[in-house]
Amino acid sequence: MRDAVIKAVEELARNDKDVILISGDLGFGVLDNFRREIPKQYFNAGVCEQNMASIAAGLALEGKKVYTYSIGNFPTLRCIEQIRNDICYHNANVTIMAVGGGFAYGSLGMSHHATEDIAIMRSLPNMRVFTPADAAEANLVAYQAAKLSAPCYIRLNKGGEPNIHSSYEAVEGYGLGQAIPLRDGADVCLLSAGAITIEAMKAAQVLETQKVEAAVYSFPSVKPIDAEALIMCAERYKYIFTVEEHNIIGGFGSAVSEIIAEKGTRAKVVRIGLPDIYSSIVGSQAYLRHVYQMDSQAIAEKVLETINSDKN
Amino acid sequence: MDSGQLALEIRQHAIEMVHASHASHIGAILSVTDIVAVLYNDILNINPQNPKDDNRDRLILSKGHAGVSIYVALAKKGFFDQKLLDTYYCDGSILSGHVSHKEVKGVEISTGSLGHGISVAVGMALAAKLDNKKHSVYAIVGDGECEEGSVWESALFAAHHCLDNLIVIVDHNKMQAMGTCEEQLGWKDLSKKWNAFGFHTVECDGHNHNELRKTLQIREEGKPTCIIAHTIKGKGVSFMENNLLWHYRDPQGEFYEKAKQELGVES
Repeated sequence: MRDAVIKAVEELARNDKDVILISGDLGFGVLDNFRREIPKQYFNAGVCEQNMASIAAGLALEGKKVYTYSIGNFPTLRCIEQIRNDICYHNANVTIMAVGGGFAYGSLGMSHHATEDIAIMRSLPNMRVFTPADAAEANLVAYQAAKLSAPCYIRLNKGGEPNIHSSYEAVEGYGLGQAIPLRDGADVCLLSAGAITIEAMKAAQVLETQKVEAAVYSFPSVKPIDAEALIMCAERYKYIFTVEEHNIIGGFGSAVSEIIAEKGTRAKVVRIGLPDIYSSIVGSQAYLRHVYQMDSQAIAEKVLETINSDKN
Repeated sequence: MDSGQLALEIRQHAIEMVHASHASHIGAILSVTDIVAVLYNDILNINPQNPKDDNRDRLILSKGHAGVSIYVALAKKGFFDQKLLDTYYCDGSILSGHVSHKEVKGVEISTGSLGHGISVAVGMALAAKLDNKKHSVYAIVGDGECEEGSVWESALFAAHHCLDNLIVIVDHNKMQAMGTCEEQLGWKDLSKKWNAFGFHTVECDGHNHNELRKTLQIREEGKPTCIIAHTIKGKGVSFMENNLLWHYRDPQGEFYEKAKQELGVES
Protein backbone atom coordinates (compact mmCIF):
# COMPACT_ATOMS: atom_id res chain seq x y z
CA MET A 1 0.00 0.00 0.00
CA ARG A 2 3.01 2.23 0.50
CA ASP A 3 3.87 2.01 -3.18
CA ALA A 4 0.25 2.62 -4.17
CA VAL A 5 0.16 5.94 -2.36
CA ILE A 6 3.55 7.05 -3.63
CA LYS A 7 2.49 6.15 -7.14
CA ALA A 8 -0.66 8.22 -6.76
CA VAL A 9 1.33 11.20 -5.47
CA GLU A 10 3.72 10.72 -8.37
CA GLU A 11 0.90 10.87 -10.86
CA LEU A 12 -0.54 13.96 -9.17
CA ALA A 13 2.90 15.59 -9.24
CA ARG A 14 3.44 14.88 -12.92
CA ASN A 15 0.28 16.78 -13.75
CA ASP A 16 0.74 19.60 -11.29
CA LYS A 17 4.00 21.39 -10.60
CA ASP A 18 2.62 22.63 -7.30
CA VAL A 19 2.63 19.11 -5.83
CA ILE A 20 5.68 18.82 -3.57
CA LEU A 21 6.96 15.71 -1.82
CA ILE A 22 9.19 16.11 1.24
CA SER A 23 10.88 13.16 2.87
CA GLY A 24 12.27 13.06 6.38
CA ASP A 25 15.35 11.29 5.06
CA LEU A 26 13.47 8.04 4.56
CA GLY A 27 12.07 6.16 1.60
CA PHE A 28 15.22 4.63 0.13
CA GLY A 29 14.00 2.60 -2.82
CA VAL A 30 10.39 3.69 -2.28
CA LEU A 31 10.84 7.27 -3.46
CA ASP A 32 13.50 6.52 -6.08
CA ASN A 33 11.23 6.86 -9.05
CA PHE A 34 9.74 10.12 -7.82
CA ARG A 35 13.19 11.55 -7.12
CA ARG A 36 14.49 10.54 -10.50
CA GLU A 37 11.50 11.54 -12.59
CA ILE A 38 10.29 14.68 -10.81
CA PRO A 39 13.38 15.97 -8.99
CA LYS A 40 12.26 19.60 -8.85
CA GLN A 41 9.25 18.66 -6.77
CA TYR A 42 11.11 16.48 -4.29
CA PHE A 43 12.99 17.63 -1.19
CA ASN A 44 14.73 15.80 1.58
CA ALA A 45 14.13 17.75 4.78
CA GLY A 46 16.80 15.67 6.44
CA VAL A 47 16.35 14.12 9.85
CA CYS A 48 14.39 17.21 10.87
CA GLU A 49 10.74 16.33 11.25
CA GLN A 50 9.79 19.52 13.05
CA ASN A 51 11.16 21.64 10.26
CA MET A 52 9.63 19.29 7.69
CA ALA A 53 6.15 19.86 9.11
CA SER A 54 6.56 23.63 9.32
CA ILE A 55 8.13 24.16 5.90
CA ALA A 56 5.32 22.01 4.53
CA ALA A 57 2.91 24.50 6.11
CA GLY A 58 4.86 27.45 4.68
CA LEU A 59 4.87 25.95 1.19
CA ALA A 60 1.17 25.13 1.42
CA LEU A 61 0.28 28.65 2.55
CA GLU A 62 1.95 29.80 -0.68
CA GLY A 63 -0.25 27.53 -2.76
CA LYS A 64 1.72 24.31 -2.88
CA LYS A 65 0.14 20.88 -2.35
CA VAL A 66 2.54 19.27 0.02
CA TYR A 67 3.13 15.65 1.01
CA THR A 68 5.46 14.67 3.82
CA TYR A 69 6.78 11.15 4.18
CA SER A 70 8.50 9.27 6.96
CA ILE A 71 8.22 6.27 9.27
CA GLY A 72 5.70 5.73 12.03
CA ASN A 73 5.87 8.31 14.78
CA PHE A 74 8.43 10.59 13.16
CA PRO A 75 6.23 12.67 10.82
CA THR A 76 3.45 12.70 13.43
CA LEU A 77 4.31 12.53 17.12
CA ARG A 78 7.82 13.93 16.78
CA CYS A 79 6.42 17.16 15.37
CA ILE A 80 2.91 17.13 16.77
CA GLU A 81 2.96 20.79 17.79
CA GLN A 82 4.13 21.87 14.34
CA ILE A 83 1.24 19.85 12.90
CA ARG A 84 -1.18 21.43 15.35
CA ASN A 85 -0.10 25.07 15.15
CA ASP A 86 1.37 25.42 11.68
CA ILE A 87 -0.49 22.88 9.55
CA CYS A 88 -3.88 22.35 11.18
CA TYR A 89 -4.54 25.77 12.69
CA HIS A 90 -3.72 27.36 9.33
CA ASN A 91 -5.69 24.65 7.53
CA ALA A 92 -2.70 24.11 5.27
CA ASN A 93 -2.85 21.74 2.33
CA VAL A 94 -0.45 19.17 3.74
CA THR A 95 -0.84 15.41 3.61
CA ILE A 96 1.29 13.50 6.08
CA MET A 97 2.16 9.98 5.00
CA ALA A 98 3.53 7.58 7.59
CA VAL A 99 4.65 4.06 6.84
CA GLY A 100 4.90 1.55 9.65
CA GLY A 101 1.41 1.86 11.16
CA GLY A 102 1.00 -0.47 14.15
CA PHE A 103 3.60 -3.23 14.24
CA ALA A 104 4.65 -3.03 10.57
CA TYR A 105 8.22 -2.52 11.73
CA GLY A 106 7.78 -5.08 14.48
CA SER A 107 11.31 -6.19 15.22
CA LEU A 108 12.71 -2.65 15.21
CA GLY A 109 11.26 -2.06 18.64
CA MET A 110 8.67 0.17 20.29
CA SER A 111 10.16 3.43 18.95
CA HIS A 112 9.08 2.23 15.50
CA HIS A 113 5.62 0.99 16.49
CA ALA A 114 2.95 3.55 15.69
CA THR A 115 0.31 2.67 18.24
CA GLU A 116 -1.09 6.02 19.37
CA ASP A 117 -0.98 7.95 16.09
CA ILE A 118 -4.65 7.58 15.14
CA ALA A 119 -5.77 8.89 18.54
CA ILE A 120 -3.44 11.83 18.48
CA MET A 121 -3.95 12.87 14.88
CA ARG A 122 -7.69 12.43 15.09
CA SER A 123 -7.92 14.86 17.98
CA LEU A 124 -6.56 17.75 15.89
CA PRO A 125 -9.26 19.99 14.41
CA ASN A 126 -9.10 20.24 10.57
CA MET A 127 -7.14 16.98 10.33
CA ARG A 128 -8.51 14.01 8.36
CA VAL A 129 -7.26 10.55 9.25
CA PHE A 130 -7.06 7.77 6.69
CA THR A 131 -6.37 4.14 7.52
CA PRO A 132 -6.36 2.13 4.29
CA ALA A 133 -6.42 -1.65 4.57
CA ASP A 134 -4.58 -2.47 1.35
CA ALA A 135 -3.20 -1.03 -1.87
CA ALA A 136 -6.61 -0.41 -3.44
CA GLU A 137 -7.84 1.54 -0.43
CA ALA A 138 -4.53 3.38 -0.22
CA ASN A 139 -4.92 4.47 -3.82
CA LEU A 140 -8.51 5.50 -3.10
CA VAL A 141 -7.68 7.66 -0.07
CA ALA A 142 -4.64 9.23 -1.75
CA TYR A 143 -6.90 10.72 -4.42
CA GLN A 144 -9.58 11.62 -1.88
CA ALA A 145 -6.99 13.47 0.19
CA ALA A 146 -5.73 15.29 -2.90
CA LYS A 147 -9.19 16.70 -3.52
CA LEU A 148 -9.54 18.07 0.00
CA SER A 149 -6.86 20.79 -0.02
CA ALA A 150 -6.67 20.42 3.75
CA PRO A 151 -4.58 18.65 6.39
CA CYS A 152 -4.65 14.89 5.99
CA TYR A 153 -2.90 11.98 7.60
CA ILE A 154 -2.51 8.70 5.72
CA ARG A 155 -1.48 5.83 7.94
CA LEU A 156 0.21 3.14 5.92
CA ASN A 157 1.50 -0.29 6.71
CA LYS A 158 4.50 -0.82 4.48
CA GLY A 159 4.85 -2.91 1.34
CA GLY A 160 3.90 -6.43 0.47
CA GLU A 161 0.80 -6.89 2.61
CA PRO A 162 -1.97 -9.03 1.11
CA ASN A 163 -4.65 -7.39 -1.00
CA ILE A 164 -8.16 -7.47 0.34
CA HIS A 165 -9.80 -6.02 -2.74
CA SER A 166 -9.44 -7.76 -6.09
CA SER A 167 -8.50 -4.53 -7.87
CA TYR A 168 -8.35 -0.74 -7.52
CA GLU A 169 -11.63 -0.61 -9.44
CA ALA A 170 -13.35 -2.66 -6.75
CA VAL A 171 -13.35 0.33 -4.39
CA GLU A 172 -13.80 3.02 -6.99
CA GLY A 173 -17.29 4.16 -6.10
CA TYR A 174 -16.61 4.80 -2.41
CA GLY A 175 -16.70 8.41 -1.33
CA LEU A 176 -14.77 10.28 1.31
CA GLY A 177 -15.29 8.79 4.75
CA GLN A 178 -17.32 5.83 3.59
CA ALA A 179 -16.92 2.41 5.15
CA ILE A 180 -16.46 -0.48 2.75
CA PRO A 181 -18.43 -3.68 3.40
CA LEU A 182 -16.16 -6.68 2.84
CA ARG A 183 -18.54 -9.50 3.73
CA ASP A 184 -22.00 -9.87 5.10
CA GLY A 185 -23.03 -11.87 8.13
CA ALA A 186 -26.10 -11.95 10.35
CA ASP A 187 -24.66 -12.64 13.80
CA VAL A 188 -21.89 -10.21 14.64
CA CYS A 189 -20.12 -7.34 13.01
CA LEU A 190 -16.36 -6.74 12.78
CA LEU A 191 -15.24 -3.22 11.97
CA SER A 192 -11.61 -2.73 11.12
CA ALA A 193 -9.22 0.09 10.25
CA GLY A 194 -5.89 -0.39 8.53
CA ALA A 195 -3.78 -3.31 7.40
CA ILE A 196 -5.02 -5.47 10.24
CA THR A 197 -8.32 -5.76 8.36
CA ILE A 198 -6.93 -8.92 6.79
CA GLU A 199 -6.99 -10.48 10.28
CA ALA A 200 -10.64 -9.48 10.71
CA MET A 201 -11.42 -11.15 7.38
CA LYS A 202 -9.64 -14.34 8.42
CA ALA A 203 -11.37 -14.22 11.81
CA ALA A 204 -14.71 -14.17 10.01
CA GLN A 205 -13.68 -17.36 8.22
CA VAL A 206 -12.71 -18.98 11.52
CA LEU A 207 -16.05 -17.94 13.00
CA GLU A 208 -17.87 -19.44 10.07
CA THR A 209 -16.53 -22.85 11.05
CA GLN A 210 -18.09 -22.23 14.47
CA LYS A 211 -21.44 -21.37 12.90
CA VAL A 212 -21.11 -17.67 13.62
CA GLU A 213 -21.81 -15.40 10.68
CA ALA A 214 -19.68 -12.26 10.90
CA ALA A 215 -19.99 -9.20 8.72
CA VAL A 216 -16.76 -7.27 8.11
CA TYR A 217 -16.37 -3.62 7.23
CA SER A 218 -13.20 -1.77 6.40
CA PHE A 219 -12.90 1.87 7.46
CA PRO A 220 -10.33 3.57 5.22
CA SER A 221 -11.22 6.81 6.99
CA VAL A 222 -11.42 7.21 10.75
CA LYS A 223 -12.03 10.94 10.43
CA PRO A 224 -14.43 11.67 8.92
CA ILE A 225 -16.01 8.42 10.02
CA ASP A 226 -18.99 6.74 8.38
CA ALA A 227 -21.56 7.44 11.09
CA GLU A 228 -24.37 6.20 8.89
CA ALA A 229 -22.79 2.78 8.49
CA LEU A 230 -22.05 2.66 12.20
CA ILE A 231 -25.62 3.42 13.19
CA MET A 232 -26.89 0.89 10.71
CA CYS A 233 -24.56 -1.74 12.23
CA ALA A 234 -25.51 -0.73 15.75
CA GLU A 235 -29.17 -1.22 14.94
CA ARG A 236 -28.69 -4.50 13.18
CA TYR A 237 -26.19 -6.21 15.49
CA LYS A 238 -26.05 -6.82 19.18
CA TYR A 239 -22.26 -6.87 19.11
CA ILE A 240 -19.83 -4.69 17.26
CA PHE A 241 -16.16 -5.60 17.44
CA THR A 242 -13.59 -3.02 16.44
CA VAL A 243 -10.15 -4.12 15.31
CA GLU A 244 -7.11 -1.89 15.14
CA GLU A 245 -3.34 -2.24 15.41
CA HIS A 246 -3.29 0.63 17.88
CA ASN A 247 -3.96 1.44 21.49
CA ILE A 248 -7.64 0.90 22.28
CA ILE A 249 -7.67 4.38 23.85
CA GLY A 250 -8.52 7.16 21.46
CA GLY A 251 -8.19 5.28 18.21
CA PHE A 252 -10.62 3.64 15.82
CA GLY A 253 -12.56 1.75 18.50
CA SER A 254 -12.99 4.95 20.45
CA ALA A 255 -14.20 6.78 17.35
CA VAL A 256 -16.79 4.05 16.77
CA SER A 257 -17.82 4.07 20.43
CA GLU A 258 -18.33 7.83 20.41
CA ILE A 259 -20.84 7.61 17.59
CA ILE A 260 -22.67 4.61 18.95
CA ALA A 261 -22.81 5.90 22.54
CA GLU A 262 -24.37 9.15 21.40
CA LYS A 263 -26.94 7.47 19.17
CA GLY A 264 -28.25 5.28 21.97
CA THR A 265 -28.58 2.10 19.93
CA ARG A 266 -28.57 -1.32 21.50
CA ALA A 267 -25.22 -2.56 20.25
CA LYS A 268 -22.37 -3.30 22.59
CA VAL A 269 -18.96 -2.28 21.32
CA VAL A 270 -15.97 -4.51 22.07
CA ARG A 271 -12.60 -2.96 21.20
CA ILE A 272 -9.78 -5.18 20.08
CA GLY A 273 -6.36 -3.58 20.06
CA LEU A 274 -3.39 -2.84 22.25
CA PRO A 275 -4.71 -2.62 25.85
CA ASP A 276 -3.09 0.71 26.79
CA ILE A 277 0.44 -0.65 26.94
CA TYR A 278 3.66 -0.20 25.00
CA SER A 279 4.67 -3.05 22.75
CA SER A 280 8.00 -4.11 24.18
CA ILE A 281 8.25 -7.61 22.78
CA VAL A 282 10.52 -8.26 19.79
CA GLY A 283 9.06 -9.89 16.73
CA SER A 284 7.50 -9.70 13.31
CA GLN A 285 4.18 -7.99 12.67
CA ALA A 286 2.44 -11.38 12.57
CA TYR A 287 4.09 -12.46 15.80
CA LEU A 288 3.19 -9.23 17.60
CA ARG A 289 -0.41 -9.39 16.40
CA HIS A 290 -0.50 -12.87 17.90
CA VAL A 291 1.14 -11.85 21.18
CA TYR A 292 -1.07 -8.81 21.59
CA GLN A 293 -4.24 -10.78 20.83
CA MET A 294 -5.27 -9.15 17.62
CA ASP A 295 -4.58 -11.83 15.02
CA SER A 296 -7.43 -13.73 13.37
CA GLN A 297 -7.44 -16.47 15.96
CA ALA A 298 -7.53 -14.04 18.89
CA ILE A 299 -10.25 -11.95 17.23
CA ALA A 300 -12.39 -15.05 16.64
CA GLU A 301 -11.85 -16.20 20.22
CA LYS A 302 -12.81 -12.80 21.57
CA VAL A 303 -16.00 -12.86 19.53
CA LEU A 304 -16.94 -16.36 20.70
CA GLU A 305 -16.08 -15.60 24.29
CA THR A 306 -18.24 -12.47 24.23
CA ILE A 307 -21.22 -14.16 22.66
CA ASN A 308 -20.99 -17.17 24.94
CA SER A 309 -20.56 -15.21 28.15
CA ASP A 310 -23.72 -13.37 27.27
CA LYS A 311 -25.61 -16.62 26.74
CA ASN A 312 -24.58 -17.83 30.18
CA MET B 1 5.81 59.28 8.94
CA ASP B 2 9.41 58.24 9.43
CA SER B 3 10.50 55.05 11.11
CA GLY B 4 11.47 56.94 14.29
CA GLN B 5 7.95 58.24 14.64
CA LEU B 6 6.48 54.81 13.95
CA ALA B 7 8.75 53.26 16.58
CA LEU B 8 7.71 55.87 19.11
CA GLU B 9 4.04 55.27 18.37
CA ILE B 10 4.49 51.51 18.68
CA ARG B 11 6.08 52.02 22.08
CA GLN B 12 3.38 54.43 23.20
CA HIS B 13 0.57 52.10 22.16
CA ALA B 14 2.40 49.10 23.59
CA ILE B 15 2.59 50.67 27.02
CA GLU B 16 -1.08 51.59 26.93
CA MET B 17 -2.20 48.22 25.54
CA VAL B 18 -0.18 46.15 27.99
CA HIS B 19 -1.29 48.40 30.84
CA ALA B 20 -4.97 48.16 29.93
CA SER B 21 -4.94 44.43 29.32
CA HIS B 22 -2.61 43.39 32.13
CA ALA B 23 -0.71 41.41 29.52
CA SER B 24 2.96 40.49 29.74
CA HIS B 25 6.02 40.65 27.45
CA ILE B 26 6.37 44.43 27.34
CA GLY B 27 10.15 44.04 27.57
CA ALA B 28 10.28 41.85 24.49
CA ILE B 29 7.91 44.15 22.61
CA LEU B 30 10.05 47.19 23.30
CA SER B 31 13.22 45.36 22.30
CA VAL B 32 11.95 44.44 18.83
CA THR B 33 10.10 47.71 18.18
CA ASP B 34 12.79 49.48 16.15
CA ILE B 35 13.31 46.44 13.93
CA VAL B 36 9.58 46.22 13.27
CA ALA B 37 9.27 49.98 12.67
CA VAL B 38 12.07 50.08 10.11
CA LEU B 39 10.74 46.99 8.34
CA TYR B 40 7.19 48.32 8.03
CA ASN B 41 8.17 51.87 7.27
CA ASP B 42 11.08 51.50 4.90
CA ILE B 43 11.74 47.92 3.85
CA LEU B 44 8.68 45.76 3.32
CA ASN B 45 6.91 45.92 0.00
CA ILE B 46 3.34 45.62 1.26
CA ASN B 47 0.02 47.19 0.40
CA PRO B 48 -2.75 47.71 2.95
CA GLN B 49 -5.23 47.86 0.07
CA ASN B 50 -4.18 44.40 -1.04
CA PRO B 51 -2.74 42.59 1.98
CA LYS B 52 -2.55 39.25 0.12
CA ASP B 53 -0.78 40.65 -2.95
CA ASP B 54 1.19 37.75 -4.41
CA ASN B 55 4.34 39.80 -4.74
CA ARG B 56 4.34 41.26 -1.25
CA ASP B 57 7.24 40.72 1.09
CA ARG B 58 6.40 38.32 3.88
CA LEU B 59 7.20 39.10 7.51
CA ILE B 60 6.89 36.33 10.07
CA LEU B 61 7.14 37.22 13.73
CA SER B 62 8.53 33.96 15.04
CA LYS B 63 8.79 35.42 18.55
CA GLY B 64 5.03 35.73 18.61
CA HIS B 65 4.90 37.15 22.13
CA ALA B 66 5.88 40.54 20.72
CA GLY B 67 2.65 40.58 18.69
CA VAL B 68 1.71 44.06 19.92
CA SER B 69 4.52 45.60 17.86
CA ILE B 70 3.10 44.05 14.68
CA TYR B 71 -0.49 44.97 15.47
CA VAL B 72 0.40 48.62 16.04
CA ALA B 73 2.62 48.80 12.95
CA LEU B 74 -0.16 47.33 10.80
CA ALA B 75 -2.75 49.72 12.23
CA LYS B 76 -0.45 52.68 11.62
CA LYS B 77 0.17 51.53 8.06
CA GLY B 78 -3.56 51.38 7.39
CA PHE B 79 -4.19 47.64 7.39
CA PHE B 80 -6.98 48.03 9.91
CA ASP B 81 -8.67 50.61 12.09
CA GLN B 82 -6.53 51.78 14.96
CA LYS B 83 -9.53 51.41 17.27
CA LEU B 84 -9.08 47.65 17.04
CA LEU B 85 -5.93 48.04 19.15
CA ASP B 86 -8.14 48.90 22.13
CA THR B 87 -9.57 45.39 22.05
CA TYR B 88 -6.15 43.76 22.45
CA TYR B 89 -6.28 40.79 24.85
CA CYS B 90 -9.96 41.42 25.65
CA ASP B 91 -12.76 38.87 25.65
CA GLY B 92 -13.86 38.23 22.08
CA SER B 93 -11.04 40.19 20.47
CA ILE B 94 -9.20 39.03 17.37
CA LEU B 95 -5.93 40.40 18.75
CA SER B 96 -4.45 37.72 20.97
CA GLY B 97 -1.36 38.16 23.09
CA HIS B 98 0.71 36.09 20.70
CA VAL B 99 0.41 37.33 17.17
CA SER B 100 -2.65 36.01 15.31
CA HIS B 101 -3.47 35.94 11.62
CA LYS B 102 -7.14 35.06 12.03
CA GLU B 103 -9.12 37.97 10.62
CA VAL B 104 -6.16 40.29 11.24
CA LYS B 105 -5.20 41.84 7.93
CA GLY B 106 -1.49 41.88 7.25
CA VAL B 107 -0.46 39.14 9.66
CA GLU B 108 0.90 36.18 7.68
CA ILE B 109 0.69 33.44 10.28
CA SER B 110 -0.09 32.91 13.94
CA THR B 111 2.83 32.07 16.16
CA GLY B 112 3.40 31.78 19.88
CA SER B 113 5.22 28.52 20.38
CA LEU B 114 8.85 29.32 19.69
CA GLY B 115 10.83 27.84 16.83
CA HIS B 116 7.87 27.46 14.47
CA GLY B 117 7.65 30.73 12.57
CA ILE B 118 11.15 30.59 11.17
CA SER B 119 10.49 27.14 9.68
CA VAL B 120 7.25 28.30 8.09
CA ALA B 121 9.17 31.29 6.71
CA VAL B 122 11.70 28.88 5.18
CA GLY B 123 8.84 27.04 3.46
CA MET B 124 7.53 30.35 2.13
CA ALA B 125 10.97 31.34 0.87
CA LEU B 126 11.33 27.98 -0.86
CA ALA B 127 7.92 28.42 -2.50
CA ALA B 128 9.00 31.84 -3.80
CA LYS B 129 12.13 30.30 -5.31
CA LEU B 130 10.15 27.52 -6.95
CA ASP B 131 7.81 30.07 -8.50
CA ASN B 132 10.58 32.49 -9.50
CA LYS B 133 9.09 35.24 -7.40
CA LYS B 134 11.26 38.12 -6.35
CA HIS B 135 9.87 39.03 -2.96
CA SER B 136 11.73 38.50 0.31
CA VAL B 137 10.70 36.59 3.40
CA TYR B 138 11.71 38.08 6.76
CA ALA B 139 11.60 36.13 10.00
CA ILE B 140 12.13 37.79 13.36
CA VAL B 141 13.31 35.35 16.01
CA GLY B 142 14.23 35.91 19.62
CA ASP B 143 17.65 35.02 20.95
CA GLY B 144 16.12 32.79 23.61
CA GLU B 145 14.12 31.24 20.80
CA CYS B 146 17.40 30.15 19.22
CA GLU B 147 17.56 27.47 21.90
CA GLU B 148 14.80 25.62 20.04
CA GLY B 149 16.30 22.80 18.00
CA SER B 150 13.85 23.44 15.20
CA VAL B 151 15.48 26.83 14.59
CA TRP B 152 18.67 25.05 13.60
CA GLU B 153 16.81 22.47 11.54
CA SER B 154 15.36 25.31 9.54
CA ALA B 155 18.76 27.01 9.28
CA LEU B 156 20.31 23.87 7.79
CA PHE B 157 17.55 23.59 5.22
CA ALA B 158 17.58 27.27 4.25
CA ALA B 159 21.33 27.33 3.70
CA HIS B 160 21.38 24.03 1.84
CA HIS B 161 18.73 25.27 -0.56
CA CYS B 162 20.47 28.63 -1.03
CA LEU B 163 17.41 30.63 0.06
CA ASP B 164 18.94 34.07 -0.43
CA ASN B 165 15.42 35.52 -0.30
CA LEU B 166 15.24 34.67 3.40
CA ILE B 167 16.36 37.20 5.99
CA VAL B 168 16.39 36.05 9.59
CA ILE B 169 16.60 38.83 12.15
CA VAL B 170 17.58 37.81 15.66
CA ASP B 171 16.33 40.23 18.29
CA HIS B 172 19.41 39.76 20.43
CA ASN B 173 18.47 41.33 23.75
CA LYS B 174 20.50 38.72 25.63
CA MET B 175 17.65 37.86 27.97
CA GLN B 176 15.15 35.04 28.13
CA ALA B 177 12.33 34.09 30.47
CA MET B 178 14.46 33.05 33.43
CA GLY B 179 17.43 35.39 33.14
CA THR B 180 20.24 36.25 30.78
CA CYS B 181 20.86 33.85 27.91
CA GLU B 182 24.42 33.44 29.02
CA GLU B 183 23.38 32.43 32.53
CA GLN B 184 20.81 29.89 31.36
CA LEU B 185 22.70 27.80 28.84
CA GLY B 186 26.01 29.61 28.71
CA TRP B 187 25.73 30.37 25.06
CA LYS B 188 27.49 33.12 23.17
CA ASP B 189 28.87 33.81 19.71
CA LEU B 190 25.45 33.79 18.09
CA SER B 191 26.98 35.21 14.91
CA LYS B 192 29.45 32.38 14.61
CA LYS B 193 26.69 29.84 15.04
CA TRP B 194 24.56 31.26 12.22
CA ASN B 195 27.64 31.66 10.10
CA ALA B 196 28.60 28.05 10.70
CA PHE B 197 25.14 26.99 9.57
CA GLY B 198 25.75 28.66 6.20
CA PHE B 199 24.10 32.04 6.65
CA HIS B 200 25.61 35.31 5.55
CA THR B 201 25.66 36.83 9.00
CA VAL B 202 25.89 40.49 9.89
CA GLU B 203 25.54 42.32 13.18
CA CYS B 204 23.99 45.69 13.81
CA ASP B 205 22.58 47.95 16.48
CA GLY B 206 18.95 46.92 16.60
CA HIS B 207 17.86 50.35 17.79
CA ASN B 208 19.75 52.45 15.25
CA HIS B 209 17.37 53.01 12.37
CA ASN B 210 19.98 54.08 9.81
CA GLU B 211 22.01 51.02 10.58
CA LEU B 212 18.94 48.78 10.45
CA ARG B 213 17.84 50.24 7.11
CA LYS B 214 21.25 49.58 5.63
CA THR B 215 21.64 46.11 7.14
CA LEU B 216 18.15 44.95 6.18
CA GLN B 217 19.04 45.44 2.53
CA ILE B 218 22.12 43.27 2.65
CA ARG B 219 21.92 40.14 0.52
CA GLU B 220 24.48 37.63 -0.58
CA GLU B 221 23.69 35.59 -3.63
CA GLY B 222 23.09 31.95 -2.83
CA LYS B 223 22.98 32.42 0.93
CA PRO B 224 20.25 33.27 3.41
CA THR B 225 21.04 36.28 5.55
CA CYS B 226 21.04 36.43 9.32
CA ILE B 227 21.05 39.80 11.02
CA ILE B 228 22.06 39.72 14.65
CA ALA B 229 20.38 42.88 15.90
CA HIS B 230 21.81 43.88 19.25
CA THR B 231 18.96 45.17 21.33
CA ILE B 232 18.02 46.03 24.87
CA LYS B 233 15.08 44.34 26.48
CA GLY B 234 12.61 47.02 27.54
CA LYS B 235 14.27 49.66 25.32
CA GLY B 236 12.80 53.12 25.64
CA VAL B 237 11.53 52.97 29.20
CA SER B 238 14.42 53.52 31.60
CA PHE B 239 13.31 51.25 34.42
CA MET B 240 12.33 48.43 32.07
CA GLU B 241 15.64 48.27 30.26
CA ASN B 242 17.54 45.05 30.93
CA ASN B 243 15.13 44.26 33.72
CA LEU B 244 13.69 40.74 33.55
CA LEU B 245 10.74 41.69 35.69
CA TRP B 246 9.21 43.42 32.67
CA HIS B 247 9.08 40.20 30.73
CA TYR B 248 6.13 39.49 32.98
CA ARG B 249 4.86 42.60 34.68
CA ASP B 250 2.38 45.07 33.23
CA PRO B 251 2.88 48.73 34.06
CA GLN B 252 0.36 50.06 36.57
CA GLY B 253 0.19 53.04 38.93
CA GLU B 254 3.34 55.10 39.16
CA PHE B 255 5.17 52.77 36.77
CA TYR B 256 2.55 53.41 34.13
CA GLU B 257 2.69 57.16 34.68
CA LYS B 258 6.48 57.19 34.48
CA ALA B 259 6.55 55.04 31.33
CA LYS B 260 4.00 57.30 29.66
CA GLN B 261 5.97 60.34 30.65
CA GLU B 262 9.20 58.94 29.25
CA LEU B 263 7.52 58.03 25.97
CA GLY B 264 5.61 61.27 25.76
CA VAL B 265 2.16 59.72 25.92
CA GLU B 266 -0.47 62.39 26.40
CA SER B 267 -2.60 61.67 29.44
